[in-house]
Amino acid sequence: MDIAQNILLTIMTAATPLLIAAIGELVVERSGVLNLGVEGMMVIGAVCGFAATLLTGSPWLGMLAAIVAGALISLLFGVLTLSLAANQVATGLSLTLLGLGLSGMIGESFVGSAGIKLPSLSIPGLSEIPLVGRLVFGQDPIFYLSLLLTFGVAWFLFRTRAGLTLRAIGDNHASAHALGIDVIRIRYLAVMFGGACAGLAGAHLSLVYTPQWVENMTAGRGWIALALVVFASWRPWRVLGGAYLFGAVSIGQLHAQALGIGVPSQFLSALPYLATVVVLVIISRDRRLTLMNTPASLGQPFVPDR
Amino acid sequence: MNDRQNLIPLLETKGLTKIFGSLRACDGIDLAIAPGEVHALLGENGAGKSTLVKMLFGVLEPSGGEILWKGRPVKIGSPGEARATGVGMVFQHFSLFEALTVAENIALALDGNVPIERISDEARRLSVEYGLPLDPSAHVADLSVGERQRIEIVRALLQNPELIILDEPTSVLTPQEADKLFETLAKLKAEGRSVLYISHRLEEVQRICDRATVLRHGKVTGACDPRKETPSSLARMMVGGEVAEITGAGLGEPGEVLVEVASLSAPARTPFAVTLKDVDLTVRAGEVIAIAGVAGNGQSELFDVLSGEVTVANPEAIRIAGTPAGRLGITARRLMGCSFVPEERHGHAAVPTMSLSGNLVLSRYASDRKAFLTGGWLGLINNGPVAAATKRISSAMDVRKSLVDPPAGSLSGGNLQKFIVGRELDRQPRVLVVNQPTWGVDAGAASRIRQALVDLAKSGSAVIVISQDLDEVFEIASSISVINEGRLSKPEPAATMTRERIGLLMGGFHDGAGHGVDPAEAAHAH
Repeated sequence: MDIAQNILLTIMTAATPLLIAAIGELVVERSGVLNLGVEGMMVIGAVCGFAATLLTGSPWLGMLAAIVAGALISLLFGVLTLSLAANQVATGLSLTLLGLGLSGMIGESFVGSAGIKLPSLSIPGLSEIPLVGRLVFGQDPIFYLSLLLTFGVAWFLFRTRAGLTLRAIGDNHASAHALGIDVIRIRYLAVMFGGACAGLAGAHLSLVYTPQWVENMTAGRGWIALALVVFASWRPWRVLGGAYLFGAVSIGQLHAQALGIGVPSQFLSALPYLATVVVLVIISRDRRLTLMNTPASLGQPFVPDR
Repeated sequence: MNDRQNLIPLLETKGLTKIFGSLRACDGIDLAIAPGEVHALLGENGAGKSTLVKMLFGVLEPSGGEILWKGRPVKIGSPGEARATGVGMVFQHFSLFEALTVAENIALALDGNVPIERISDEARRLSVEYGLPLDPSAHVADLSVGERQRIEIVRALLQNPELIILDEPTSVLTPQEADKLFETLAKLKAEGRSVLYISHRLEEVQRICDRATVLRHGKVTGACDPRKETPSSLARMMVGGEVAEITGAGLGEPGEVLVEVASLSAPARTPFAVTLKDVDLTVRAGEVIAIAGVAGNGQSELFDVLSGEVTVANPEAIRIAGTPAGRLGITARRLMGCSFVPEERHGHAAVPTMSLSGNLVLSRYASDRKAFLTGGWLGLINNGPVAAATKRISSAMDVRKSLVDPPAGSLSGGNLQKFIVGRELDRQPRVLVVNQPTWGVDAGAASRIRQALVDLAKSGSAVIVISQDLDEVFEIASSISVINEGRLSKPEPAATMTRERIGLLMGGFHDGAGHGVDPAEAAHAH
């Protein structure tokens, strides 16, 4: 019983940063902007969250610092791609490189320091219920936040007027402009939301997952998040499914390696990626639905002709 | 009439000017629209009509001049302000969102937070009232162009505007759909609303408009009552000089069969594409077959299978001069003497960033390998002959350019189209397939292109012209066929074809319901 609960717990913990970063990027891409700098923003969030926690002694302030740092560095991306209409792919890649370099510099003096973990929820009685107690009532605050974010983004995109406007901009920015929607302003907001989410995802790594700072500690999770968004056809609940699937197979293959089954470890390490891609490709085989959900103006710079 | 003119105009512009770089797109425009009138804005492509209305709707910022609303100067800084003032707009290139539903599209144009359900009901009510049936929950991507236009009109009406601007509304409609639109306009006028109606179709303007303002090269060249003018006097105001007539005379008896398409079907490749169903088409040497139809009914899909951009499984489905060609690609078909001019000038017919000569080599490197390439398998470009051919094409088609060999994208639409058509004609193809040859091209260039197509047929080639422009179709075709939802009607001789019949075929009424004798039968008898 306890083993099952522990495995499920580790799966959720592994999936949470992917989910948060991907949900943020989903909003950015739904507005028609492709920010390939998720990895960079995440690692900045991780180091800033860790540093702020050590400096203030409060992991809560650390979490806040990570969110602000992610949003600020995404603002740089916004200025370059939205106000100056720079190429989004090139700028996004540069942002990742910048993030990795900058975080190494900021974090140099923190390497090896012991971190402070964000306290997990603990409700006497409820958290001790067998099997589900800790899964439902005993997790870290960022986990609950990630579910809230997924629900909130799905509701925002498909149930609110502002969400409709955001999707419209992603579908056709020229038409949106002709209707009098301020395309650039809304894209700025979307980009900064994506940055804040990536920062929070980074904070989960350095404040919950492994409370310490190691250079490049995001280890490619930003790229996985990017891929999840595309394979989930830009739909929030599918992103959640993809993130948990990836988490499950990553943890599952670790256990399989520990058990020493007769499969090359390299194959097992590649399994989470393969499984996620295969499953998401299969569920997105409905091309009509996929095309309907693909932001048609994704990655195209918008320059109003005034 | 008199008391109308005594009223303060609903909207007036004084010296309205818009400058893009060195181009004066609108140059001191004076315009006055009275309450309750349908006012036409006439002009060629590029005359500045769209620029003018974009300023009136707050999409573009005027460089000079002023706009008066009911006699008071106003500044319209955004479409939202235009709507608040009382101006509604139906765009030429629809400002719709394909991935969203009809109701969502309408909601986006409304200010404030009106719940979607209320918008659906209101949209349904208005669309019925104005005879524009719409399903609020349908996705725009699934709708025809006519239905899309209805969304735009209903969207504009929901804001209860006093002035409605329609930018080239009939350019995408069947004649029957256009008639419905005119009924709607009459209803709007009866309610006391004003309409600014932009068009380059004289017949329409004479039919429905009370007054007309004519633009040419960004300047007002005439203001008149269109009903008191003749089509040719209006055309002179629009174009300046007389436009050359196309002479179709001299198209001889058709010769051997050069293109034969038999029961060709092709599935749609994307959710937004059209499935071709059982297409039959025979084109003989010396014939110009025009394929009319409303945009989005399978024209580009048909072009793609004819050119070999998309191959079909059955090689026998397409025969070129008797040889099965269904599975051959573009280059193989070009080597058989075919030439193709796709609709999209930029990125499909030409690479905008490459020079004209570069584009020439790209399309003809295989068919003119001996002339253009050298060095055997190395395939080095033989610059001398390529430059000579570029020059020859440019002078034959009167391509106006500022450099000897400019990038294709720097040419105006009409000049680039003349070069692209000339590039294909220059090799004297036996078969030419061209999609929308004069779309967005000014009258002078269009008549030159049309004449060249007719001349090619006269010299004994088979020409297939896919076109939405009915005037063009009647001007150049020897036979006319209509494409509707991926089905092609039997070609009928242009001499016996009528606009009404084309309209019916465009709407999907096949096999001439109400026609005693099928004209196609008569044509095949000789």
